[in-house]
Amino acid sequence: MNPTDTALDSRLQEIAPEAEGAPRRMVLNMGPQHPSTHGVLRVILELDGEIVTKARPDIGFLHTGIEKQAEALGWQQVVTITDRMDYLANLSNNLAYALSVEKLLGVEIPPKAQWMRVLLAELSRINSHVVWLGTHALDLGAMTVFFYCFREREDLLRIFEMFSGQRMMTSYIRIGGLALEPPRGWERAVRNFIRGLPEKVNEYEALLKENPIFLRRTQGVAVVPLERLLDLGVTGPMIRAAGLGWDIRKAEPYSSYEKFDFRVPVEQESDVYARFLVRLEEIRQSARIVEQALDGMPEGPWKADAPHVVLPDREKMKTQMEALIYHFKIVTEGMRVPAGEAYVPVESPRGEIGFYVVSDGGAQPWRVFMRTPSFGNLQSLPEMFEGRLIADTIAALGSMDFVLGDVDR
Amino acid sequence: MNFYLLTLIKMALTALVLLTCCAYAVWVERKVLAHIQLRPGPYRVGPHGLLQPLADLIKLLTKEGIVPSYANPFFYLLAPFLAVALALTAIVVIPFTPEFELFGVRTAIGLTDLNIGILFLLALSSLGVYGIAIGGWASNNKYSLMGSLRSSAQMVSYELPLAMAIVSPLLLVNTLNLREIVELQNGFHFGLLPKWNVFASPVPQALGFVIFLIAAFAETNRVPFDLPEAESELVAGFHTEYSSMMFASFFMAEYANIITICCVATVLFLGGWHPLWPAEYGSDLVPVVLLAAAGLMLLFHAAQAARRRKWDRFTFPVFGVLLLGLAPVFLIPVLKPVLIPFFWFVAKAGFLVFVFIWIRGTLPRYRYDQLMRFAWTFLFPLSLANLLVTGLVVALAG
Repeated sequence: MNPTDTALDSRLQEIAPEAEGAPRRMVLNMGPQHPSTHGVLRVILELDGEIVTKARPDIGFLHTGIEKQAEALGWQQVVTITDRMDYLANLSNNLAYALSVEKLLGVEIPPKAQWMRVLLAELSRINSHVVWLGTHALDLGAMTVFFYCFREREDLLRIFEMFSGQRMMTSYIRIGGLALEPPRGWERAVRNFIRGLPEKVNEYEALLKENPIFLRRTQGVAVVPLERLLDLGVTGPMIRAAGLGWDIRKAEPYSSYEKFDFRVPVEQESDVYARFLVRLEEIRQSARIVEQALDGMPEGPWKADAPHVVLPDREKMKTQMEALIYHFKIVTEGMRVPAGEAYVPVESPRGEIGFYVVSDGGAQPWRVFMRTPSFGNLQSLPEMFEGRLIADTIAALGSMDFVLGDVDR
Repeated sequence: MNFYLLTLIKMALTALVLLTCCAYAVWVERKVLAHIQLRPGPYRVGPHGLLQPLADLIKLLTKEGIVPSYANPFFYLLAPFLAVALALTAIVVIPFTPEFELFGVRTAIGLTDLNIGILFLLALSSLGVYGIAIGGWASNNKYSLMGSLRSSAQMVSYELPLAMAIVSPLLLVNTLNLREIVELQNGFHFGLLPKWNVFASPVPQALGFVIFLIAAFAETNRVPFDLPEAESELVAGFHTEYSSMMFASFFMAEYANIITICCVATVLFLGGWHPLWPAEYGSDLVPVVLLAAAGLMLLFHAAQAARRRKWDRFTFPVFGVLLLGLAPVFLIPVLKPVLIPFFWFVAKAGFLVFVFIWIRGTLPRYRYDQLMRFAWTFLFPLSLANLLVTGLVVALAG
């Protein structure tokens, strides 16, 4: 072992004290390069045969300094780095940040932009859950589901590309509305996708839901009681699978979610299978929301009437003196946000995400604290691992559905 | 002298064909899996990736074979050798065709005609564990060690139901010689249903066949029992540390084992080289029709404008004509008694290999304890019951 690696030393000491007469256990260093730690998570496991007796997650391998970096960027520019925290739910992150800043600004978002935001957030939820399902199934050995899921993901990425020109790092939801006018023909693309989706979800269900091997691998595995989950700050599908129907879209509706009709799926067992059922149903419910958003999409502007926040139209900028001044000010010194602090939580595919933004009245945030769901969800790792078999740890890891960029930001 | 020369030639041919089959089994697996999973699979090296096995071979041959400094070098190098040698040896007892005269010597496609063929196979498959166990231990890697431990436990456990499933048809045919086993499955019930051991007259061995197949999946470490190399858990299991030809040896051993076990299943349960239905109803024409149809299909597609891609323009007509030319060979009276049985044998074994791949594209993986429980509390009693019933009925009827 590298003698300079004292941190690792102390960690190993903590997990496997070399006491006299203590039973000798194998310490397995799982990750940061391991096929199923979904990125660069490292878990130090103490094993008694195949049974995990202790588990300690070790995070920080993907530390990007995004929180600190946000303080060096303009308000609008921070949107682009919220994309990079969670590459599966970019639009939810954009939305959460935009809502917090808009609360500080006191800007009114027009209904069309709000509905578009809901539609896009739900599409990104489907995207995230589909990738989760594929990788989770792959971890359990069902290789084909992975490719089926990525077929749907490909369609979704094409839709995102249509909107923003980017497949993953869309940055499409901005402070004050949307980044661009929705492209021509987007309704048809989204409707085609949504129409075909329920059938595809049935296909996944047929492959996994009643498969005896899948049931045996997931039922009763990695059970953590609801109280414990709440103590650890776990949110999202994981607590809904433990019997608590907490969903911010229902509890504190934002972006006119109160106008949509959807069900929050709840399961009681709190095991891997319950989490699977909850997420699968959430895909269906998201599809319903998207359909409603398509049918009832209001007409009107797609960005707020706030000249000090949103860049004016090209046309206006060339013809009106006032618009030209605003344009010049926003581009050169950036928009200013009144001093104060705000936090608007959003239900991302993984749970509650929120940006606690503090402004000193300048053109850059004074502080952006990111409350990310993956970090909270990962806290339940030791509870899930200890006393279970190695194979269960893989199932448990998959059921947590974390993104490492979201954990180390 | 003639006999020895012939045996030498046959040895060379068998080795060549088996190794090629192993390489192309990988290609077939990748293609079939890919098509199950909505993707084209290997496509770059040669037409439809047909030269992919060759490219893989060259790549693996030219890579550096790394022996980790903390490994036990002797056993580390011995393990892949052991694995591949034992896996390739097993094929020698498989009879592919009935006996025929060649240059005045009675011979058959297949290397030996061992009178204890089945015992030899069981012995080899038991020894096969050593390659994996030693490899995992000698690597001195925790993942490898766990992989090899899992593998040892698994293969030892599944050997029992496998052996039990093999014994039941042996009770029916009363011999250990594989060629005689096949010969005794000759004929048809009611002139239509083949008298294979799966449909044998006092006790059909369909249950035994299913047990054998399940145990075979475990013996060859395939999904859903691929725990020793469970990628998502143990990285690559027992061969995590292996590279270059040492890795290729393990890989080859796995595929050689699959091919062998499919051949054994064909011999024991599916009537070896006997056709699916009697020759009076034209079963001899099946290979001709199949090959001709394949050839015509290729020629048809070669004529399509959409198919005029770089390789397909040349390879489709060439392969089409080749297959069309091959079709009438099965009609030549001198070759017929050898080629037709050989075709049936290969078709049955090939179908079983396809089932192996199909299952891999469909099922998730078992957990270690569930796998052992499945073997000991379900499969073993079931195979025992099957054996007892078969034994009882044979004793009472015979």
